Parts: sequence; structure tokens; C-alpha cells
Amino acid sequence: MTTLTGAGVRFGSRWIFRNLDLHAPVGRSLAILGPNGRGKTTLLRSLLGFQPLTEGQRDAPSVIGYVPQYASHEVGYSVRQVVATGRVAQRGLFAQPTAGDMEAADDALARVGMVGFAENRFDWLSGGERQLVLLARAIATGATTLVLDEPASALDLRNQDRFLAVVDSLREDGDHAILFTTHLPQHAAAVADDALLLYGPEDRLLGPVEDTVTEDAIARLYGIPVRIVDCDLPGGARPARGVIPLFGQAGSQA
Amino acid sequence: MSDTAIHARGQSLPARGSGAVWLAAFGGLLIVAMLVSLGLGRLSIPLPTVAAIVGHLALPVPESWTVLEERVVLLVREPRVLLAALSGAGLAMCGAALQGIFRNPLVSPQILGISPGAAFGGALAILLGHAGVVLIGSSFVFGVAALVTVGLIARIDGRTETATIVLAGIIVGALFSALVSLLQFVADPDSSLPAIVGWLMGSFASATWPRLALAAPAILIGVIGLFFLRFRVNVLSLGDDEARSFGVSVERDRWIFFILVALTTGAVVSVAGVIGWVGLVVPHAARLLVGEDHRILVPASGLLGGAYLVTVDTISRTATAAEIPLSVLTAIIGAPVFAILLRHSWRKEHAR
Repeated sequence: MTTLTGAGVRFGSRWIFRNLDLHAPVGRSLAILGPNGRGKTTLLRSLLGFQPLTEGQRDAPSVIGYVPQYASHEVGYSVRQVVATGRVAQRGLFAQPTAGDMEAADDALARVGMVGFAENRFDWLSGGERQLVLLARAIATGATTLVLDEPASALDLRNQDRFLAVVDSLREDGDHAILFTTHLPQHAAAVADDALLLYGPEDRLLGPVEDTVTEDAIARLYGIPVRIVDCDLPGGARPARGVIPLFGQAGSQA
Repeated sequence: MSDTAIHARGQSLPARGSGAVWLAAFGGLLIVAMLVSLGLGRLSIPLPTVAAIVGHLALPVPESWTVLEERVVLLVREPRVLLAALSGAGLAMCGAALQGIFRNPLVSPQILGISPGAAFGGALAILLGHAGVVLIGSSFVFGVAALVTVGLIARIDGRTETATIVLAGIIVGALFSALVSLLQFVADPDSSLPAIVGWLMGSFASATWPRLALAAPAILIGVIGLFFLRFRVNVLSLGDDEARSFGVSVERDRWIFFILVALTTGAVVSVAGVIGWVGLVVPHAARLLVGEDHRILVPASGLLGGAYLVTVDTISRTATAAEIPLSVLTAIIGAPVFAILLRHSWRKEHAR
């Protein structure tokens, strides 16, 4: 559980955000949406504790499972070993992974559907696979809060689907507070319970996705009109929600 | 999910044999290199005799050698061989650990400014007419001072980033290299200048048991520390932000590595001068054989580095009548080997 109270960050004379109250309880998933340069990354870094707050309070566990936007590390360890580093990290300087750590790593890999890759070299995986492995590593830390930085933005449609399905299953398990930034409102609609829309330093909208990921709110956020379309799926519990940006219509009231 | 998961493309780790086998092989290599080195020199002693002389220190071996042979092996060559082995192991382990935590294959102990700093300290001591303990102490102090300067330059807003550390290391290294040149410029061309130049090029010729006793504790702390921290290298190699979020205090851990590296490098430079290339090339060679997992790579680099430097030192004192400076040999051997390794691993990485 991670909480920001009256939080604000200022760079020079410019407030990135201010008077922000944010509460991320275990069992819920929060999407953070905003145009480029509106402070998504700064907010994420504040949540992680990397960015000191200019004012306000941060209350967070000492261990958070952070998944970066890209897995840029070119390391030739096995996937299982990469995941095991998440287990060993907080256990002290001289800690070596035990057989138990390796089992826990396999469990975490199973949760993201990558258990068959445990013996593969990490640097030879595709971008989507690496992202899932890093998510498994974050899970393996045992952290109750997972923070994902635009986790699926760089992935193709199939891999977006895989990643979102994993996030959705984690949400249903209810063991984690999940926070993620995204450029794609549809991802928020698919796997978030709540959404935070960053309009400006003190202008924002926070609430359940049904109330926040709406045509009006998203159009106002990005400055281009959108249509929200629900597709009923045979046998599906709830319709699949599509958020369609109307490219070329920026500024119009379509 | 996952029944349609992207199928594995035959990407599993290449069968490299187990790490223990490689470590045993490198350990054997180190022992053989040391025994051969003990036997070679102006007085050539056969290998079984060398083994018996060394062995009788611990085991009841019947004496079948001359007093001269025993004195040459135990008093003259043994400290030199041990110092070369320790130095090679220390430098190579420092290189392996630094390359891991910086995620940069070009990093070596020299990059943090430690070697140039220590070189300046040693040259200053020689210029002022000191040798022995003062030389060792001075080069060690300036090596650590260079590292601390690097840390102060690189620490911006309470955080030290990898790139700023490397750049600060280059800055400080360049500064101390210039100061060394200045010392050489003002040194007496008949006495202190050749001493400085000779010392800078690296040699174990002055190794004795007392000098070994001075340097060995610092090198051993580095070697043992890096050995126990080997999995920490894996943790740190996977990104600072992730490690930080997982509860690792990245800055503190990195400084622990730096201090161990400074101890080891400073001690080696202080007794043997600046020995380049070992910390850069040996980890690459070891990585090619044992893979990238630092749990194996760090000790493997140590054993291989020890064997390498003992061999190079043996060549340096037996190939010609006069001793060839170590840095000259490590570079002459290291540069082409590094070029071959570079092409080999680049081709392998990009051929998939």
C-alpha cells in the first residue's frame, strides 16, 4: 500500500504536480494517464521514492516491485537467475540465491506464463518476453506494490494482450497494489480499477475507470476527440472496451 | 494464458559445462603456472623438485634437493610468484566486478582513477627519495584519494549515476597522469627519473617476503570481499532503479565495491607499479568460457588472472637477460588477445 498526501514536486519555479493525494491499496489497480511532459514519470519516481517530494508526505513499503519501460540490460544470465535477483536483493550484501529462491523464481515465472523460459538467456528474449520476466522479478521480491512504467507501450498487439492478461490476473488475485502509467487509455479501461488523469499541476481527475476514462475526459486530456466502443463478447462477463482516437480531428468538437 | 506463448527459439543457454569444472581447471592452471615459475630462472630447477620443496613445508617429504635450490625457491621466487598470483587475481576480479556493476565491458580498475592516482603517489615518493614503506603508503593513499575525488565529482544532488562516475574517473585519471608527467619532467634524469619510469612500467622484481606481507592483506581483503559479493554484482547489473525499488541501497553497495577495488588496485600498484590490461582482458576471456553469471565469473577471473600474471611475470624475467617491464608484456599479449576476443564475441552476439 502506497500513499501520497498533499504531495508536490517543483523543478525550479515550475510545479510538476501539487496537493496530490493518492492512495493505492492492495487489491486495486491504478492507471496514470497524461500527455508527454505532464509529469507521469516524475509522479512515478515520487511514488517509488526516487524523486524527493518538495512538499507533502510519502508512505510506502521499503520494497516495491518496479518494472521499467524497457529492459535495456544486455545480461546473459538465465531467466531464472534474473528473477532470483529480485528475491535476493533485500537479503543483504553477501546473500547468494538458495534452492528456495530458485523455486520462488519459477513460481513467479509461472504467474506470468514464462516458466518454459527459465533456462533461456535473458538477453536473447524478445522485448515482450523480457518485460514479462521483469514483471516476474518484481513479483518475486514479495512486494505488495507493483509499479509499472508504461509496461506495454513498446509491445506489439499480441504481446500487449499477453502483458495485460498477466496484469489482469494479478489484479484478480488481489495480492498486489498495481500502479502503472500508460499512453493508451484502452489499457486503463482493460486492466485498471481506477485512473488518474493528469491535466495540469493541480488539475487532475481521479476515480474509477468507468467515470474517468470517458470520451470527454480523454478528449480533454490529449486534445483530440475519441470514441469509446464496447464490443460484446460471446460468453464474456463484460464487454471489451475500445478507445478509438480520431486522428486528424485535433481541436475539432467531433 | 501462455498456451500460445511465443515458442522458445532454441535459445537456451549453451552447454558450457558446469561452473565448478571451469573453476577446478583454472585453479589447476594457476597451480601449474606457479610451480613452473618457481622452477624457471637463472638456476633451473626441475618441476618435481620444486613440488617437493614446496610440499615439504606441510608434508613429510624426504629432502632430495640442495640448500641453494631451497633458498632460491622459498626465499627468492616464492614471494614473487605469490605476489604475482595475488595481484593478477585481484586486478582481474576487480575488472570482472566493475564491468558487471557498470554494465560496461570497457571498465577496468584504471577507469576509476585509482591506478593513475596511485602512480602519482608512488612517483612522488620516488622523487622525494623514498622507497619501501613510504612508497607503498604514498601510492596507496593517492589511489584512494583519486577514488574519493571521483566520488565527490560524480555525486550530484545526492545521487551518483554510472555515467558520471565513469566520466569523473576519466577526468581524475587524466589529471593524475598529467601530474605524473610533471614529476617525470622535474625528476633528476640520472637517478630518480629512471627509477620512476621503471616503477611505472611495473615489475615484481622487488618482491620479498616483507613486501608481500605489506601488500597481501589489502589485496586479500579485496579478493575475499569481491568473492563474497559476487551475486551482488548480478543484482546491481540489472539496473539501478529496479535494485533501488527492491530495497537495495545502490549507492552504498557501489561504494563498498569501489573501496574493495581501491584497496586491491592501490596495493598492487604500490608494490608492483602500474600493471595494465589484466583487469580488462582477463574477465573477457573468462566470460567467453564460463558465461556471464558473476557467481562463477568473479572467482574464475581471479584464478585465470593469477595464472596469467604469474605466466607473464615468468616470461618477463626469463625471456631476456634484463627484465622486460610487465606493462609492456601485458599490453603486447593483451592487445591482440583482446582484439580476437572482441571480434569473436561481437560476431557471436550479432549472428543470431
